[in-house]
Amino acid sequence: MANRITLEVTRYDPARDEKPRLDAFEVPLRQEWVVLDALNYIKDHLDGSLTFRWSCRMGVCGSCGMTVNGVPKLTCATFLSDYAPGPVRVEPMSNFPVLRDLVVDTSDFLVKLAKAKPWIIRKVEKPRDEEYFQTPEQLDVYKQFSMCINCMLCYAACPVYGLDPLFSGPAAIALAQRYNLDSRDEGASERLDILSQHDGIWGCTFVGECTQVCPKNVDPAGAIQQYKLTATMEWLKALVLPRGAE
Amino acid sequence: MGKRSNEPLVWMLFSVGGVVAAMLMPIHLLLFGLAFPLGWLDAPSYEQLLALVRHPLARVYLLILCSLPLFHWAHRFRFTLYDGLQIKHLNELINLFCYGGAILGTALAAYLVWNIA
Amino acid sequence: MINPTEYLPKSYHTRVSTYWWLTRWAYFKFILREASSVFVAWIVVVTLLQIRALTHGPAAYAELQNWLRSPLLLALNAVSLCFVIFHAVTWFNLTPKAMVIRLRGKRLPGLAIAAPNYVAWAAISAAVAWIVLRG
Repeated sequence: MANRITLEVTRYDPARDEKPRLDAFEVPLRQEWVVLDALNYIKDHLDGSLTFRWSCRMGVCGSCGMTVNGVPKLTCATFLSDYAPGPVRVEPMSNFPVLRDLVVDTSDFLVKLAKAKPWIIRKVEKPRDEEYFQTPEQLDVYKQFSMCINCMLCYAACPVYGLDPLFSGPAAIALAQRYNLDSRDEGASERLDILSQHDGIWGCTFVGECTQVCPKNVDPAGAIQQYKLTATMEWLKALVLPRGAE
Repeated sequence: MGKRSNEPLVWMLFSVGGVVAAMLMPIHLLLFGLAFPLGWLDAPSYEQLLALVRHPLARVYLLILCSLPLFHWAHRFRFTLYDGLQIKHLNELINLFCYGGAILGTALAAYLVWNIA
Repeated sequence: MINPTEYLPKSYHTRVSTYWWLTRWAYFKFILREASSVFVAWIVVVTLLQIRALTHGPAAYAELQNWLRSPLLLALNAVSLCFVIFHAVTWFNLTPKAMVIRLRGKRLPGLAIAAPNYVAWAAISAAVAWIVLRG
C-alpha cells in the first residue's frame, strides 16, 4: 500500500461536540500532492463536511495554515511524500480558538494588526500629483518584512502568544517595523507608543520559532528584538532629554 | 512615550549583563572552578591574587562581573517563571525576588569589593 | 476577544500545557538557554565567595579552595561551564538578529556581526587567563 497514506484530521462540530477528535482518512499518495490536495480529496470523495480554509494554493494568500505533525505549516506548500509512510496528523493552528474542524477564529490577530498601524502615516500628505520617491537601497531596508502574507503561522508557533493573549505577537510587530523602516513613513513614534507598552513587545523571550516557521522568511523574531533596541534607545533619549525632540 | 514602562531599563541591563556573562564567565569558571581545583594549572598563590584584586581596575572589573550578570539572570529567570511554569499571576513576588535579588547581590558585591584589604 | 461580527459562534479553546517546552526540540533548547541564567547566577555566587575568602585571610581562602575540590562542587561547576558556554554561543549567534548594521546600503551578513563577537571572546578570555596566571 505504498501509494496510499493515512491522514489523521481534527474534527470539531461546535453544535454537537464537546471537544475536537481525530478522524483517519486514507488518501492516494501522489508525488506532486501537497497536504492541501489530500484535504480536498477527502472533501470531494470521502467526507464533504470536512471544513478548512484555502484559496490560492500557491503560498500567497496565507489562508491554509494548519498544524502538520505538530509543526505550523502552509498546507499548500507541504508535500505529502515528505511524511511517507505516514500517518500525517493535520490539526488546526494552535493558540487560536477552533470554530470548526480545521478553521480557527483569527479575530484577535486582526485587532492586533490594526493596532500596529500597518500603513504609511504622513504628517502632511503630498499633493495628489506628486510621487513619493524611494531608492532601491531604501526599499531594501524594509523589504524582508513586507513579504508577510498574514498567514499567522508565527502566532501558532509562539508559546508566549499562547500563554499571554495580550502580547501583540510576531506578525503585527514585524509589520509595524516594515512601516517604521519605510523612508516615506512618519508614524514610528505613534506605533512605538502602542507597542512599547508592557504587553506589546516586552513579553517576547526570543524563542525564535516564529522565524523558523515563517514561509516567507520575514524573520519576525529579529524584528521584535530590533524593536526592543529602538524602544530602549528612545527611552534613553527621553531620560537624557526629558522634553526632547517632541 | 505614552505610558512609562520600566521594561526598557531592565531589558538593557539584561542585554549588557548577557554580554558580560558570555564574554567573561566561561574563562573565569574554567580557571577557578575546574583548572585550579583539579590541578590542571598552577593556581596563583593567595598573596598573588590579593595583590591582583587590590588594583582599583580589578575592583571595578569584579563589580561589573558580579552585578550585571545578576540582572541578566533576573530578567531571564523572571520570564522562565512566567512562561515555563505559568505563574505570571505571582508577578509582583517574582519581580521582587528576581530584581530584588540582583540589587542585593550588587550591593553585596560593592561591599566586598570595597573592603578588599 | 473582540468579535467584529454579529455572529458569535461557539468555539473550542485550547490551553497551553505547562510542559509546552518539552513538546518540541526547539522549545526545549529555548528553555535550556533560559536555564543557563541560573548557572550565571551561581558563578556570581562563587566569585563573591572567592572575594570574601580573599579578604578574610589565607586560612579562609585555603578552606574555600578545599571546598571547590569536592566532587559535588566540581560536577556542579562542570555543568555550569557547559551552560555558560551554551549561553555565550547562543548569545553571539542571535546578536545579528537584534542588530542590523548597514554598509553602503547593504545589510551586513549575520556572520560579519557574529564573528567579531567570537574574536573578542577569544581575546578577552586569553587576556583574563594571562593576567591571572602571570601571578
